Amino acid sequence: MSQSFDKLFDARGLNCPMPLVNARKEAGTLEPGQVLKIIATDRGSVADFQGWAKIAKNVELVSQETESVDGADVFVHYIKRTA
Amino acid sequence: MGSSFDTRAGADSSRVRALEDKVQELSKRLQELEERTPEDRVAIIVFSGDLDRVLAAFVIATGAAAMGQQVSMFFTFWGLSVLKKGTELSGKTLFQKMMALMSPGSSLNLPVSKMNYFGVGAKMLRSMMKEKNVSSLEDMIALARELGVRAIACEMSREVMGIKPSELAEGLESGGVASFLADSLKSRTSLFI
Repeated sequence: MSQSFDKLFDARGLNCPMPLVNARKEAGTLEPGQVLKIIATDRGSVADFQGWAKIAKNVELVSQETESVDGADVFVHYIKRTA
Repeated sequence: MGSSFDTRAGADSSRVRALEDKVQELSKRLQELEERTPEDRVAIIVFSGDLDRVLAAFVIATGAAAMGQQVSMFFTFWGLSVLKKGTELSGKTLFQKMMALMSPGSSLNLPVSKMNYFGVGAKMLRSMMKEKNVSSLEDMIALARELGVRAIACEMSREVMGIKPSELAEGLESGGVASFLADSLKSRTSLFI
């Protein structure tokens, strides 16, 4: 059940607030209805993306997953541009 | 029978008129309420010139801007150091010269609020941030600009401290208490850092 996406943004290694700030820039390049996949190592990004989706009027958080890559947690977010 | 019909019609039309008045009154009150409703804005006063505090201010500012908020940052007193691009001494009074020599010449020279030890603490914090791949303060200032964060330099404290407009970065607004309040009263969040 892998979520489909239109663009991938690799935010691994970036720290607060950069995953959010850059994801927002990337989301700006999407067409309404398209989905951005973000991969981050910043643990805070989980709550950050939830907060962003709650506040912003033009994005929706489709899903979030935590994966383990070589023993390290990687946080995957799917953000859909709605308008 | 005709007269009783007329009376009812008269009663109906006066009721309609009363309703129309009520609707008009309510829509006026709604408009007033809407004017007072906070907008998607964040107003931040940067009073401190400490690296750690200023960093916190810029993380909040850039994060809020990314989340679609309109952000205004008001720099006052020690916070003005963040906006300085250099120090000029000519044309200043003795006290202003002393102040200029003892305060940071730019954001690069800001001390930390604790354990500064004549600047060693600030250098340590910067290198620890770099190690953890956290953006530097200067990167965040540039980012804030790019995201459309407004920067306002407090005119009164700039005058008191004798900082010349030419010592500050370009592209700043200058203002006073009313320009801050005009923004903060319309903001959902106002911070004093």
